Amino acid sequence: MNNYTDDVILEVKNLKKYFPIKRGIVFSKHVGDVKAVDGVSFYIRKGETLGLVGESGCGKSTVARTIIRLLDPTDGEIIFDGVDISKLPYSSLRRIRRDMQIIFQDPYSSLNPRMTVSEIIGEPLQVHKIVSSSKEREKRVQELLELVGLAPYHATRYPHEFSGGQRQRIGIARALALNPKFIVADEPTSALDVSIRSQIINLLQDLQKEFKLTYLFISHDLAVIRHICDRIAVMYLGKIVELSENEDLYTSPLHPYTQALLSAIPIPDPELAEKRKKIVLTGDVPSPVNPPSGCRFHPRCPSAMDICSKIEPELKEIKPNHFVACHLY
Amino acid sequence: MDDYLLEVKNLRTYFFTDEGIVKAVDDVSFGLKKGESLGIVGESGSGKSVTALSIMRLIQDPPGKIIGGEIIFRGEDLLKKKEEEMREVRGNKISMVFQDPMTSLNPVFTIGDQIMEAIILHQKLDKVSARKKAIEMLEIVRIPEASKRIDEYPHQFSGGMRQRVMIAMALSCNPEILIADEPTTALDVTIQAQIIELIKQLQKDLGMSLILITHDMGIVAESCQNVLVMYAGKVVEYADVRTIFKKPSHPYTIGLLESVPRLDVRKERLKAIEGQPPDLVALPNYCYYAERCPYKTERCLEEIPDLIEVEPGHYSRCLYAKEIGVKV
Repeated sequence: MNNYTDDVILEVKNLKKYFPIKRGIVFSKHVGDVKAVDGVSFYIRKGETLGLVGESGCGKSTVARTIIRLLDPTDGEIIFDGVDISKLPYSSLRRIRRDMQIIFQDPYSSLNPRMTVSEIIGEPLQVHKIVSSSKEREKRVQELLELVGLAPYHATRYPHEFSGGQRQRIGIARALALNPKFIVADEPTSALDVSIRSQIINLLQDLQKEFKLTYLFISHDLAVIRHICDRIAVMYLGKIVELSENEDLYTSPLHPYTQALLSAIPIPDPELAEKRKKIVLTGDVPSPVNPPSGCRFHPRCPSAMDICSKIEPELKEIKPNHFVACHLY
Repeated sequence: MDDYLLEVKNLRTYFFTDEGIVKAVDDVSFGLKKGESLGIVGESGSGKSVTALSIMRLIQDPPGKIIGGEIIFRGEDLLKKKEEEMREVRGNKISMVFQDPMTSLNPVFTIGDQIMEAIILHQKLDKVSARKKAIEMLEIVRIPEASKRIDEYPHQFSGGMRQRVMIAMALSCNPEILIADEPTTALDVTIQAQIIELIKQLQKDLGMSLILITHDMGIVAESCQNVLVMYAGKVVEYADVRTIFKKPSHPYTIGLLESVPRLDVRKERLKAIEGQPPDLVALPNYCYYAERCPYKTERCLEEIPDLIEVEPGHYSRCLYAKEIGVKV
């Protein structure tokens, strides 16, 4: 995957994040690992939106949190703007965090209920000493509120006075406060109602255009990902199974998991729905503590072969810019 | 019009809170035939769940109260029944599957105990035959090794499996109506597909009627014959599924359909519905959707429109329903 130039803003190489499982209280023993992310590599170009899609437990949120170092990686490199930040000490991380921010899924729990909107959005400005006076801070907060479609008088209110969609706007304003280059959006629309969801998606797209932002957009909703992303990576049990350009992934998905995932999404058109043949997968996602041998998808795969349970397939470029980890190709 | 299995007439369910009266369901009417599948669509707060809970008479009182209307099931008004008589209906003739399979099962009883409870109560079976019936139900919802897993506890099941258990429980007394309230919202897409297929299959096999409550237009398109769209406690549109998707004639339905990102067509930009749903405590005395409606005129701010019949079997609560229907 080396067909990129200097316009790459973030490159992740063989990223691993294991959570240890311990037994015992006094002499706790390390008895195993939850391999939430197990060798993930990708890059993101400046100004593009990379979508990371997968079901719950596939490790997509762990990837997000590890990239911005809210979690420390077990292994691998995270090269942001030319610097490997995977092992940087916290003291030097702070400078880099100015450039990378996150928008969380749940607008109900990611805002401190005891802080006013002005304090929530103003806090990063103070921490990073961007503003010198409280007057300047207030001015910037007002600007940010306007940017995300809220009114200046909202600044003195508390989060509980807002609806879910408005709270998500506050979360977006907070992420934008430091003029970051790169934003991780971790399921930003999943907790919202349909009519509000489209407002937030449009807002994120407008902001990207205006500030030339780069997004890593994480979602389980392939329709949202389809709408907003340039390239898409599909994750299953801690690994990327397919990575390609948006159009390519939807018109010719290669991995059986991607195919099943796409066909599982109900299409809001009764006539199409009747004609469409569905691939319904059997069984559940296995536990990442003890993932299946070989290809992790083989117990649920409709086209599994002998080799699939023995050898783990590597992520290979099958067509230009279309990578897939499957023995079928 | 008389062959309805269940008919809801002018149902009003209000919640009396400190902030004021919340008109969660306000004058809702619809009918459900034998074997029919009806989808109720709407956003949070539109009153779709409260409608379902009202049919089951499960509204918590206080603060909630069904203050008006009739719910006619097999010729009898459920709202006039005593609590003991209602127990004969609930879980037996009309069953419900809830949204969250993680919290709707009791964690300290085995799966088997929980399914058997309803069977013993309603079908007056002894423990041995109830257990046999419970295993049979688990097999119907395709839980592998049912005879072994019946003795396990809810925490030993995954989300999808728990929802299957909930469905097994709801179906154990061969109900005539199954109400599924967002049965797949808490589940992953591949598991959602499994559960929806299962519900559709079982409905066909057992000849039940189904009320499917959801916010996902895609699920409605795939599994319902008729659709009821709710907004702020009122029915805003009702029609068969093809008509709803082809010729929607309420601006809210149109907005909903246009604002969803789709897999099959990629749009440059989503047409979002601007603004927020109204506050249910302080509803306006004109069309509830007017503030967000792109077709709004002066007349919309004068009165609450009636539900009018646009064409046979197609109803819309919009002053301009007939014109809008043609435009789209």
